[in-house]
Amino acid sequence: MTDARREILGTLRSALNRNQRPPNAARRRLTEHPVNLVPGRGQADPETQVGLFSNEAIRVEATISRIDDMAGVPGAVSKYLVENNLPAEIRVSPSLQGVPWTGQPMLNLTDGIAQGSDSASISRAFGGVAETGTLVFLSGPENPTTLNFVPPIHIAVIAATDIDGDYEAVWARLRAQFGPESADFMPRTVNWITGPSRTADIEQTLLLGAHGPQQLHIIIVDDPET
Amino acid sequence: MEPTTRQFKDNAKEALVDAQLQDALAKLGRGFPLRRLEAAARLPEFEALRDEAREIKNHVLDNLDFYLEAYEAKVVASGGQVHWCKDAEDARRTIAEICQKAGAKTVTKSKSMIGEEISINDYLEDAGITPVETDLGEYIIQLRREPPSHIIAPAIHLSMGQVEETFRESHQDLDPARSLDEPRKLLEEARNKLRTEFLGADVGLTGANMLIAETGSNVLVTNEGNADLTYSLPRVHIVMASLEKIVPTLEDASTILRVLARSATGQDMSVYTTFCTGVRRPEDLDGPDEYHVVLLDNGRSQLIGTEFHEMLRCIRCGACLNHCPVYRSVGGHAYGWVYSGPMGAVLIPGLIGMDEAAELPNASTLCGRCESVCPMRIPLPKMLRAWRQKHYESKRSGALGRWMLGAWAALARRPKLYRRMMGLGVAILGQMGRRHGRFRRLPFAGGWTGGRDLPAPNGDTFVAQWHRGARGDASGDWLRKNPP
Repeated sequence: MTDARREILGTLRSALNRNQRPPNAARRRLTEHPVNLVPGRGQADPETQVGLFSNEAIRVEATISRIDDMAGVPGAVSKYLVENNLPAEIRVSPSLQGVPWTGQPMLNLTDGIAQGSDSASISRAFGGVAETGTLVFLSGPENPTTLNFVPPIHIAVIAATDIDGDYEAVWARLRAQFGPESADFMPRTVNWITGPSRTADIEQTLLLGAHGPQQLHIIIVDDPET
Repeated sequence: MEPTTRQFKDNAKEALVDAQLQDALAKLGRGFPLRRLEAAARLPEFEALRDEAREIKNHVLDNLDFYLEAYEAKVVASGGQVHWCKDAEDARRTIAEICQKAGAKTVTKSKSMIGEEISINDYLEDAGITPVETDLGEYIIQLRREPPSHIIAPAIHLSMGQVEETFRESHQDLDPARSLDEPRKLLEEARNKLRTEFLGADVGLTGANMLIAETGSNVLVTNEGNADLTYSLPRVHIVMASLEKIVPTLEDASTILRVLARSATGQDMSVYTTFCTGVRRPEDLDGPDEYHVVLLDNGRSQLIGTEFHEMLRCIRCGACLNHCPVYRSVGGHAYGWVYSGPMGAVLIPGLIGMDEAAELPNASTLCGRCESVCPMRIPLPKMLRAWRQKHYESKRSGALGRWMLGAWAALARRPKLYRRMMGLGVAILGQMGRRHGRFRRLPFAGGWTGGRDLPAPNGDTFVAQWHRGARGDASGDWLRKNPP
């Protein structure tokens, strides 16, 4: 295989006249990762961004509820499950085990990674992008990736302060938080999720819930610290 | 797959009389272009983003060797491995070996054009490994043992009735009396079947919409979420990607993502956009233990620096197919290989050879819609012309066509003779067609008059009228002041 590597790179270098052109601009691009054109749509004050995020998410068939603090999460979950006639059970990501679930004794809680028989899950988003109503999830011990995809109902919790205008702002926050110069600021998986799963593969008919969740409910928490 | 590109004309003739296919293509022609237009209208910066996307990819291609090495170093640093593969055989063997080493019996697979290009499913089956396509459209055509007919809508050619028939035939374990009379029921059945496969698979095989040099990540874009179940549940994740999929940074990937879904389905963003980097981290509760990238060349490095260089900017959105009058008349299968439409007509001769695919660059009216909607602004008509020219110069095109082109060229290089011949022709045809004003049939022009009438010329050629002083109104003024 190393022969293939040498051969492919050799073909490229001779086609590109590499000897005459050291890749300085490319080296700079990797270290400086400049921001390209960012659409004006998401550029606004934080409260407007939360409104735009909600509108865009609803546009792609997600549902939204907005609460004051993290203590309200269990109540919002119960309410959603009851209103939608769903079983009172949910798999809770480690990132949300600290909220006062005891206030909802009828809810059957499970933890760990998702199983095929799960009916619903709840996990916490790292960020939100107002531009398209997109949630950003990071994998890690606090947030198993399978929770975002396996159960047919996915509830996402996001702090209003974690909603930004654009993808670039989320990347900047990720770099700042996990070591700007470190080689491994990326977790194993970053998931952008924009609405519930869908397909149009049968006669171009749009159907929700292809393989991923059929319903995506987003709980926006205004003041996550209290 | 074995190409049937040589039979393009016969394939096309069959497609044109396939009423069910024509219905599907008409629906596609009404849907995708309109939704693209609406998405573009919602984003004032759309055209400027297309320019930026083009510049990013131009910069990558100019530094492809550098970015590939930088990318590889990052993959290795995050616990993964890059397997460089010169051709389809290399890639197939590499994938099968990884699967065998992992003791894999079942491999779940999310949609990948590279997977089609290297016919990975057939190869794995021969090696005793069961590949399961998980994208709904791909699952359907895998059961039917057909190739995809569209990059992003692989089963676009099928009706609901055909899907029902396929499911009844393939899912013999289910109640034969069950009802499958609406798309939702078909989806539920496929979802249930594939659930079991996702949870039991030993290896997950995905493609990549992009590879990011800065981080060593691969990007996956789907609407169904099947790719995410494919890489997150099994112990081994294999990515198949061709080498031009590289972009420099997360920011560059974000720019291209802004034009990808809008051009493809008219969504602002696809539902699931995923960035996978290496193996699961030590404390992670899920994710794969092994991460392999099978990096395929298959002739692409030979296109660098040629007149087809810019084709390597393609991000496989399918917009050129959706807007092409030829694709919309004959569908994807007529093209006879993995790719189709204008991008296929340019790429296929580059990958499997001009001799095999000479018909395809001719399957275009050069109307230019493909270039006008391409998010990466690839000059597809220019490249289609370049293939035609190459084919002519190779002296392997048909004798009659060559003779006609030669005769026309000889005439076109002698303007006086050309004008006299044209004047004569126009006078004769004008005289003959005086009564009806049009011809329903003409000798040597059956190809034209078979499908429509030819209007009879009305007296004189344009040049003759010009010399007599005949001028239009407004444009005549402009021309008098600015003589050609």
